Amino acid sequence: MMNRFGPSHVKNTPLNTGLPNPWSAILVAVLLVTFPLAMSYMGEDFYIGMGSRILIMALAATALNLALGYGGMISLGHAAFLGIGGYTVAILAKAGLVSALLVFPLAILMASFAAFLIGLISLRTKGVYFIMITLAFAEVFYYLAISLPNFGGDDGLPLRTRSSVPGIRLDNALTFYFFVLLLSGLAIVLMYRLVSSRFGRAVVAIRENEKRMAAIGYPVYRIQLMAFTLSGGLAGLAGALLANLNMSVTPHMLDWHQSGILIVMVILGGSGYFWGGLTGAALFLILEEVIADHTEHWNLFLGAMLLFIVLAAPNGVMSLRDRVLGLFNRSGSNADSKGSSEQEVNK
Amino acid sequence: MSHIILEVKDLVKRFGGLVASDIQHLEVKQGEIHALIGPNGAGKTTLLSQLSGEMKPDAGAILFEGEDISALPVHKRVQAGIARSYQITTLLPRLTVRENLALAVQARTGHSFDFLGTVMDETDLDEGAINTAARVGLSPELDQIVGTLSHGKQRLLELGMALACEPRLILLDEPMAGTDVEESHNMGTLMLSLKKQHTIILVEHDIDAVFRLADRISVLVSGKVIATGTAEEIKQNPAVITAYLGEEDADELEVSA
Ligand SMILES: Nc1ncnc2c1ncn2[C@@H]1O[C@H](COP(=O)(O)OP(=O)(O)OP(=O)(O)O)[C@@H](O)[C@H]1O
Ligand SMILES: [Mg+2]
Repeated sequence: MMNRFGPSHVKNTPLNTGLPNPWSAILVAVLLVTFPLAMSYMGEDFYIGMGSRILIMALAATALNLALGYGGMISLGHAAFLGIGGYTVAILAKAGLVSALLVFPLAILMASFAAFLIGLISLRTKGVYFIMITLAFAEVFYYLAISLPNFGGDDGLPLRTRSSVPGIRLDNALTFYFFVLLLSGLAIVLMYRLVSSRFGRAVVAIRENEKRMAAIGYPVYRIQLMAFTLSGGLAGLAGALLANLNMSVTPHMLDWHQSGILIVMVILGGSGYFWGGLTGAALFLILEEVIADHTEHWNLFLGAMLLFIVLAAPNGVMSLRDRVLGLFNRSGSNADSKGSSEQEVNK
Repeated sequence: MSHIILEVKDLVKRFGGLVASDIQHLEVKQGEIHALIGPNGAGKTTLLSQLSGEMKPDAGAILFEGEDISALPVHKRVQAGIARSYQITTLLPRLTVRENLALAVQARTGHSFDFLGTVMDETDLDEGAINTAARVGLSPELDQIVGTLSHGKQRLLELGMALACEPRLILLDEPMAGTDVEESHNMGTLMLSLKKQHTIILVEHDIDAVFRLADRISVLVSGKVIATGTAEEIKQNPAVITAYLGEEDADELEVSA
């Protein structure tokens, strides 16, 4: 820790705003484990299902955050990877293959492969063109899904049972929640390793100045392609879980509207912040649920709420942390010795 | 005769109808400061960008240490030993000086695809950054955010970024642009100190600095090299005087030299 390069613990530069604080990880873990247990104790199975959905969408948003927040690659086509993960599970299930040990890795593989191919072409473009090309590719998959009768067309494909895992039964809401928590937890750990590695640092730095990064010897295109592929793979895992949660897949999963929602979640939570995806997904889904309970016009109210949050925290909810810390530091340095001794320790 | 580190042959670059580069022959010797001068739009930056790999020439060859590198992408040329600085400051402004430099050091370590290795011990990067900062005189600014530095300091870091790549050949695009007298003097001294270990191609508009620092000078006009030689030779070259220096400039320099 002491030798992390740079004054990473003194200043909030983009190289470390994306790294989570260890305490936050513990807090999140405790919250995610106790919540369903409490709900189960109260007999609220509905909220356990809701929790699973939040976790799954958090995983998808976190995956997008890797590309969009950390990498600066504004993909408007991430629903495609979610959908490919889901459809892989559903199509294999139709063929009688339901073992999670087989279908989950395949779902991740298929989504990664699609991301690799899409990235291969899209990453040659920049800015608005990149957004449009990722959107166009995702639409191709959408039309493929609605037009191929084998994929169930407009209706999608049902899953007769959830994927099978040796030794546990996923049709119980609580068991399924912990299954989702296990996999998304692993994905989050992987994500942590990614963003705190030298690779992750290069990804962020490329977002900051691509030209300079190339000029000091980074294979910019290859690094971005790798990040985009990993991001697609993680979204594919989320898709496989989502198919299991819903017990079906529909073309809506890979609709551009879905890609838009993922972007909203990331921006809401804090693009480029480690818990941005989780925060954004949780906030979005909870707001949607709460508002839909009270009014038919929930879309309007949800929109207004989102607008309010984005105005109050333009860089996402997680960025409020920096602002609060910033205030704290300023008052800390006013009380002279305290602030400076703190810096010494951090070095 | 000293070793030729870089050789450019029949290099052509067009932008539509405009021929921005048309260099029949250019040689750079190991260990020299080779200045490129010429009026605005002469194609100096365009030439550097082709040497660094950021622009693809339409024709011609670039030989670095005898090998044709014209097909190599930018990062491979950096690995081969060519690094550049930019006329328009191109840094990571939200990061600290240390982080900027350490990133350049990290690129050299070749670990940028170790995406599962959470590196705890980064003394190698830190040392590289500290050493480079010391070389360009930015040690006191090591932990400052680059965007908050003065223009002159940013120009020093611009040079530092190239140095951190440990290149054999450094391409400097107007390193003194926008700096004050003292800063450009320091920059000049710095360049002279680098000469022992590096070969430098220096694009610079400050003619006095060029005559003071350069071992040899090539004059570019409309993409073509119209003369190459020592400061004395260039000052007396009639083609250079008509095309670039002008009679008075040349006389003035004669007197001041
Ligand atoms: N990307 C580009 N597209 C089109 N034309 C270009 C491009 N880059 C440079 N040019 C043109 O090529 C010519 C050479 O430009 P270049 O920037 O190499 O000149 P320079 O010698 O570096 O000039 P300066 O001293 O002003 O920096 C100019 O006429 C310029 O307008
Ligand atoms: Mg120029």
